[in-house]
Amino acid sequence: MERDDIHELTAPYALDALDAQETRAFEEHLRDCEACREEVAVLRATAATLAHDAPAVAPPPELRSRILATARAERGNVVPLRPRWAAPVAAVAAVAACAAVGFGIWAATLDQTLGNREAALRNQARALAVAASPGARRIALTGGHGALVVTPNRRAALLLADLPEPGAGKVFEAWVISGGAAAPAGVFSARDRAAAVALERDVPAGSTVAVTIERSGGVQQPTSTPIVRSTSA
Amino acid sequence: MGQTSAVNAGNVFAHLSDEALVALVARSDDAAFAELYDRYDRLAYGLACRILRDGTLAEDAVQDAFLTIWRSAARFSAERAPARVWILTLVHRRAVDLVRHQERRRTEQLPEREEKGADAADEAVWLRLQRERVRDALGQLPDQQREAIELAYFGGFTQSELAERLGQPLGTIKSRMFSGLARLRELLDDATPEGDPWSGTTFTS
Repeated sequence: MERDDIHELTAPYALDALDAQETRAFEEHLRDCEACREEVAVLRATAATLAHDAPAVAPPPELRSRILATARAERGNVVPLRPRWAAPVAAVAAVAACAAVGFGIWAATLDQTLGNREAALRNQARALAVAASPGARRIALTGGHGALVVTPNRRAALLLADLPEPGAGKVFEAWVISGGAAAPAGVFSARDRAAAVALERDVPAGSTVAVTIERSGGVQQPTSTPIVRSTSA
Repeated sequence: MGQTSAVNAGNVFAHLSDEALVALVARSDDAAFAELYDRYDRLAYGLACRILRDGTLAEDAVQDAFLTIWRSAARFSAERAPARVWILTLVHRRAVDLVRHQERRRTEQLPEREEKGADAADEAVWLRLQRERVRDALGQLPDQQREAIELAYFGGFTQSELAERLGQPLGTIKSRMFSGLARLRELLDDATPEGDPWSGTTFTS
């Protein structure tokens, strides 16, 4: 392959129409050529859409079982969650990287009285997913350390550090405040004084989010002064 | 309230974008991986069947692609491509690898664009609409561009094989592929605007 020609390989590459040797050479070229990388990204997106021209066919159910079983069996060999998670987060959005590094989000749990560790982990995963969503915005907090993160379609997560000790029988409760009314958005507790919480209701433009300390189980209306409040979302 | 989470834990993934699911897969969340598989299995298997024309080989392609997703999700970057593109690219690439090892393909005619294998009741509305949209756009391409793209993408032919098969210089093949993809992009952009990062959830409908 002549050097001058290599830029012309974007379309064949996007269609997987290069042989193995050409593919290797072009991928090497891609590392150094920003223009080709951009062009490939656009052409690949179009090429991938061609998949829809093939009629969708349900695969045999055994395929699903086989793939999931293999994946689970491999998981035993893969350990450190933090590095594997931290990498894509950093790549997705600065705000998410900031959250992963700074706030000890692994420690957050929902109210333990739920007795549902699974739900707590799911909520935490949702909070991370919100933080990692393309286009998510970070909104500053007053009265505490951390951030409110809001996606373009108004899903939200709170990432909190340096929370106070709520006291025995008490939990944190999040609120979405809109038009002067506070709506409950989830009960949570912290560990190591940090929490990552996916809010249970959307956060409309112009509303704010607040956190109060309430009795275990949560309440329908706040009964105390917020310890943390966001600026307008 | 807190209880809502517990009640909804069963379908908690439904509202997540594909990108968010990949981020969870990167931390070895097998439930997120299962959800991702369920969103793409029919599309992936349908694509692999079209290329490989063999159910068993198509299963191999889908399995290899999904295990690659499982193993390398941590390296996926949403800035470079949407997760949908990444997943379909992995399936396509693996299917093409496999078909190139099937010698019989070399002598066969290119696959017909027929409905065989499509079970209308089995195909989600959204997938059917997508297919009509893509088919319509492909139909508007000049014949030579469509031929080059279809033989490459669904036939698994390399650019050099196509040049030989069609009796054209390599430069002509490359240029047909490029012009065809660029035109296709215009046609598809006109048909449907994209951009909602949560749009992946409609895969499950």
